[in-house]
Amino acid sequence: MNHLLSIEDLDRAAIERIVSQAERFAEVSDREIKKVPALRGRMVLNLFYEASTRTRSSFELAAKRLSADVVNFAASGSSVEKGESLKDTVLTLGAHKPDAIVLRTPWVGASELVSRWCPAAIVNAGDGKHEHPTQALLDVYTLKRRLGQIDGAEIWIVGDVAHSRVARSDILAFQRMGARVTVVGPPTLIPRGIEQLGCEVRYTLDELERADVVYALRMQRERMNEAWVPSLREYAAWYQINGRRLGAGQILMHPGPVNRGVELSGEVVDSPQAVITAQVEAGVVVRMAVLYELLAGSAGSAGERGAEEPAREGELLAARQGRQP
Amino acid sequence: MSHPEPLVGGVGDPANVLLRDVRALDPREGLDTRRDISVRDGRIAELGEPGGLEPAAAQETIEGRGRLIAMPAFFDPHVHLRTPGQEHKEDLETGTRAAAAGGYAGVIAMPNTDPVLDSAPLLGSLREAAARRARIPVGFLAAITRGLQGEQLTEMAELTERGALGFTDDGKPVASAGVLRKALQYQRLCGGVLALHEEDPTLSRGGAMHEGSISAALGIAGIPPVAESTMVARDAMLAGYEDGRVHFMHLSSAGSVQAVAEAKRRGVRASTEVSPHHLLLTHEDVRTLDTRMKMHPPLTEESDRQALIEGLRDGTIDCVATDHAPHARDEKEVPFEQAPMGTTGLETAFAALHTGLVVPGVLPLATLVERMTAGAALFGLPVARLAAGERASIAVADLDARWVAGEHAWESRSENCCFAGRGLQGRVLGTIAAGTVAHRDRALALVEA
Repeated sequence: MNHLLSIEDLDRAAIERIVSQAERFAEVSDREIKKVPALRGRMVLNLFYEASTRTRSSFELAAKRLSADVVNFAASGSSVEKGESLKDTVLTLGAHKPDAIVLRTPWVGASELVSRWCPAAIVNAGDGKHEHPTQALLDVYTLKRRLGQIDGAEIWIVGDVAHSRVARSDILAFQRMGARVTVVGPPTLIPRGIEQLGCEVRYTLDELERADVVYALRMQRERMNEAWVPSLREYAAWYQINGRRLGAGQILMHPGPVNRGVELSGEVVDSPQAVITAQVEAGVVVRMAVLYELLAGSAGSAGERGAEEPAREGELLAARQGRQP
Repeated sequence: MSHPEPLVGGVGDPANVLLRDVRALDPREGLDTRRDISVRDGRIAELGEPGGLEPAAAQETIEGRGRLIAMPAFFDPHVHLRTPGQEHKEDLETGTRAAAAGGYAGVIAMPNTDPVLDSAPLLGSLREAAARRARIPVGFLAAITRGLQGEQLTEMAELTERGALGFTDDGKPVASAGVLRKALQYQRLCGGVLALHEEDPTLSRGGAMHEGSISAALGIAGIPPVAESTMVARDAMLAGYEDGRVHFMHLSSAGSVQAVAEAKRRGVRASTEVSPHHLLLTHEDVRTLDTRMKMHPPLTEESDRQALIEGLRDGTIDCVATDHAPHARDEKEVPFEQAPMGTTGLETAFAALHTGLVVPGVLPLATLVERMTAGAALFGLPVARLAAGERASIAVADLDARWVAGEHAWESRSENCCFAGRGLQGRVLGTIAAGTVAHRDRALALVEA
């Protein structure tokens, strides 16, 4: 594996390999000295074009526990504000020869673009509303620890699917691990065509009791201004996961940060069903496993998808149009 | 109202060429047979039996040997020549060189330049520049509204007097029905065609590609096809009510084809165009986030593509227009959502459509040639013909030539072509535009006598 750009690129074996490695690193986190020398002398560059405290510090902690050097580069207050293009920024920072770049941007596909411009291993820490693959891997890790196995689990992802990169990565990752995924939310926030990813679509929480796992998404307040839903009050009335709706045997997940009183009631955040802090904890060991896999693991090992896509160059257009009547 | 020459440019000496033993194809003349075509002093002097004509003095001979085809040169009513203001993308010379390389003998340039072509003095200076620098004749549409702001009409009557073929806010819709209605009313004074970019901004806002399974998977905000079709339906109603003459630009969806067909049945004076990319590509081609696949309107679904092909075949869609939209490399070398909309198209249009529609038997070659030349008549201009006495506008091509788009570099200043890297069959080798040799490929010299 050379980069982690999307869950789309990973098959089940690759996901399981990273999760198993994370389980080995979890043992390190329980030691008094939480550090291993695996990546000593290697450099990890955090390049963040969006505000992020949690994901960035999680990656930073992961890299430091592996003894790598970490450089943080935030786009605000930098050359980016002076109009430098993504490509020029990456070429400039690439001159420092980072071994890995952890990249978050508001643009779909940006990490894949960067992987073509720079020899470093690229980790997608969120590309627009497309994917957030390490979040999905830590979610799989957390669920696997709770459930033992994910095969056959019924997972409902609830909320603003349209604007959620977490939802896209989780739909793919949970399904690759054998779960059945249902997305639920207001019709204005369920993108047309999402069912093509293999998930079921619902617009109400009726029959929520069928879910083994309820994964609530963050409802961003700025969506109100764009009139995606009539009001937060109405949203909460129809889609909030609360004590009345959440069953005792169900697992509750959330990518954070939580809007208490909107997508989740305060009581369920603090309930034993919630694994939200376990997700945060999993973030560090899973990101350690990802960095280890990319920088110290068997490079180019099996389990990657998409790499074998046939070249388009020179393909006769006529051959592609063979589906004519 | 007096009108100046509608097209300007086409610099060069009058052509003196004998095309010997070529397949002469002109659907309007009912012609599809081997002929010699003699062009003297820029006019078609005569068509003779293959091998029957001898070159006159100072007339060069191109040996077709039955392998080359001669067609009336194409006309593109929708190109962006980016002049004034964006000459780093294209200018009057490079854009018309690209057109000539694609077999075109005339193009109409769009007014979404910087500054916007919305005043008579600017039109006058552009026409003067084109007369000096354009390789083939160019016509101009002026903006419907000042600065493309969609609010106040331009001085349409004066612009028409100074040579505007019509009006468009292309790149943007005329969102207000009230403003468009005024333009349609004013058309009774100034004439010309109102060419409409149809898009309801309240439906398309924020979108960067077609709304469907691919946009859902990629997390990119989608543009629903009804953003186009509802506006086509609205404006067809307005045009019918005011008896205006409208041209719907770059149709992309089945619903729009249906709306145009219905408007035509009702007798609305409407015409329409479709681009090679909407006829050959779909939103599946956007999956890799290649920014050359980002255009406006976006690439749609296979069912839309089939409806567009059917519309082109049955005449609901009158002509092919490339919407040639050059952008500099660094402007397109950015994340998909940041990239500007548009693909170049002049140099690949005929080859791509020949490869994708004619070779597999979907569209007869004669129909393609008819639709690639018909745009001129829609704007009141003469259509090129292969007939004695006509000013010569002829595209010469080798229908068997296989090439990879882009391998010969581009005449355009930009290279953002959605077909780049694809194998094509059929290649334009020479173009005579309005009586002058506008393009000659080196491969054509090889078959010279």
